[in-house]
Amino acid sequence: MVAPFVRHRGRAVTLPRRDVDTDQIIPKQFLKGVERTGFGPALFHDWRYRPDGSPDPAFELNSPDAQGATILITGPNFGCGSSREHAVWALAQYGFRAIIAPSFADIFVANCYRNGVLPVRLPATLVDALIRSTEGGVYEVMVDLEQQVISDDRGFSARFSAEPYGRELLLRGLDEIGRTLLEEPSIAAYERSHA
Amino acid sequence: MTRTLFDRVWDAHVVRELADGVALLYVDLHLVHEVTSPQAFAGLKREKRTVRRPERTLATVDHNVPTGERSVPIADAVAARQVDALSANAREFGIELFDLQSPGQGIVHVIGPELGATQPGMLIVCGDSHTATHGAFGAFALGIGTSEVEHVLATQCIVLNKPRNLEARITGRRAPGVAAKDLILALIGKIGTAGASGHVIEYTGDAVSALSMEERMTVCNMSIEAGARAGMIAPDEVTFDYLEGRPRVPTGAAWSAALGRWQTFRSDATAHYDAQVRLDAATVGPQVTWGTTPGMVADITGRVPDPAQLATEHERQAAARALEYMGLVPGTPLEGIPIDRVFLGSCTNARIEDLRTAAEVVRGRHVASRVRAMVVPGSQRVKAQAEREGLDRVFTDAGFEWRNAGCSMCLGMNADVLGAGERCAATSNRNFEGRQGRGGRTHLMSPAMAAAAAIEGHLVDVRAW
Repeated sequence: MVAPFVRHRGRAVTLPRRDVDTDQIIPKQFLKGVERTGFGPALFHDWRYRPDGSPDPAFELNSPDAQGATILITGPNFGCGSSREHAVWALAQYGFRAIIAPSFADIFVANCYRNGVLPVRLPATLVDALIRSTEGGVYEVMVDLEQQVISDDRGFSARFSAEPYGRELLLRGLDEIGRTLLEEPSIAAYERSHA
Repeated sequence: MTRTLFDRVWDAHVVRELADGVALLYVDLHLVHEVTSPQAFAGLKREKRTVRRPERTLATVDHNVPTGERSVPIADAVAARQVDALSANAREFGIELFDLQSPGQGIVHVIGPELGATQPGMLIVCGDSHTATHGAFGAFALGIGTSEVEHVLATQCIVLNKPRNLEARITGRRAPGVAAKDLILALIGKIGTAGASGHVIEYTGDAVSALSMEERMTVCNMSIEAGARAGMIAPDEVTFDYLEGRPRVPTGAAWSAALGRWQTFRSDATAHYDAQVRLDAATVGPQVTWGTTPGMVADITGRVPDPAQLATEHERQAAARALEYMGLVPGTPLEGIPIDRVFLGSCTNARIEDLRTAAEVVRGRHVASRVRAMVVPGSQRVKAQAEREGLDRVFTDAGFEWRNAGCSMCLGMNADVLGAGERCAATSNRNFEGRQGRGGRTHLMSPAMAAAAAIEGHLVDVRAW
């Protein structure tokens, strides 16, 4: 059960790369735990830290303007590769509530909806426009899932379309298992007819 | 109304339509491994829920396990805790487990088919993206996250938006030395790593029918690398011959009944696909990746591309970044690039046919002095079969390490990792930055190509052998 996501205003940071895979979001050495917590510090580990463990100042998330960011703007096919939900846990625990990109990998999207993180798909030209807006320093974006609108204080406004089922999970912060368990008669009927 | 193979399998599993295009679907087989399941079991316990159908759930340890000696405890305490957690969870919830001591242990996508647990027309899920492998049998098989693993454990169901359907029609005769791996790498190169996003791929055409079951698994396995939700191939005589007599496959009258049902899982001749792509197998040569996504791939006779020649700014940036990471210079012939390591393994290419093919290449030869090469069979049963055929001696005589089964250096969660800057010819499925170890450089290719590279010490065209 996660907190509902209705609308969120926050600082945006850009990672202008395509095909950011889940191995980059959370490298394998952090997958050995048995808990759902503690992944935030390891987010983008091999890009974020140099081999000696110090932060790499060249990495986008380490810039002073990016501190406290809750919205990530990035390139196409974000979250591709492994199904590891740890990638979404790491993004959420770092503080990201929404990710804006031209496209996402399918399993990653399913994982986002189950962890209170909103994937926002926008045309590449609009994503590029948002990326340019971040170049002038601190930049805030408003993401409204109820209205399915993304906007800023400078007049930018665009509609997006979330998957209806995922949108409902986020808006209500639903316990998906509890909801499916209410379908027990249908499930039992299916099992009887396929025994 | 005509239907595709995917439509038929989907329709057969709908418990209830929840909304337009969204359905609650029944899962026939749930495969579980140690890395993506502990939080799911913890969630069940916290909510005091049970596993609805433990007999439809199979567990094994593969991702983080050592591939060395099995009689000693796991040296990595954190990995050991995960393995122990799966053991305890399997016991508590009554789930069958193939643990490290089991002769049936292996990579989850190798043991499902090996047991005959994977069958045509099934809906199969696993907390692993390469679940697509099982689609080779005409199953709808997809990778899911840990929250969904918990959902399937508790309800035996999954909620899905129905993906669209893409037909990948592969026709023509493969040239000698060209493997199933080359077909799927060439296809990914053609349509890109997001080319099949939101789609289930059905592979059709005479070049697909001509593939063995294990080759079909290689093709379907990498559907995820094209962005697909799943890959499927309609079951045929090749499928049924493979399945007959396997431990979990019905026998006698039940076999005949199953066969009759399985034969219905096919696409109508006039079925509609949302998208189509074609590939002429005769034009495909051995493929090797040069970059950091599986779509950055070329024929072995090609050269490292010049990013400046690429069409879009995004592609130019991505290629330039990839070449910097890979330590490659544009224009360099791919054949001749020196390597340090060879990894023959993974759910893509570590079945018995893969090992036979690679063994034929290395028989009577020796690994180049600069190269460290290892063979990690996909399962302990594959390993035992290879040993019965004497393949282990062929590999060890040639200087390969002969290991126990696991995912191993495909994702480097155990001790099998590349060092920074090390270059590896790998039969696995992902060449992402750091995938096989931080700073490691991966070139994906077929088992025969990797074996030949081990002998020569550099990338080489196996057709010249």
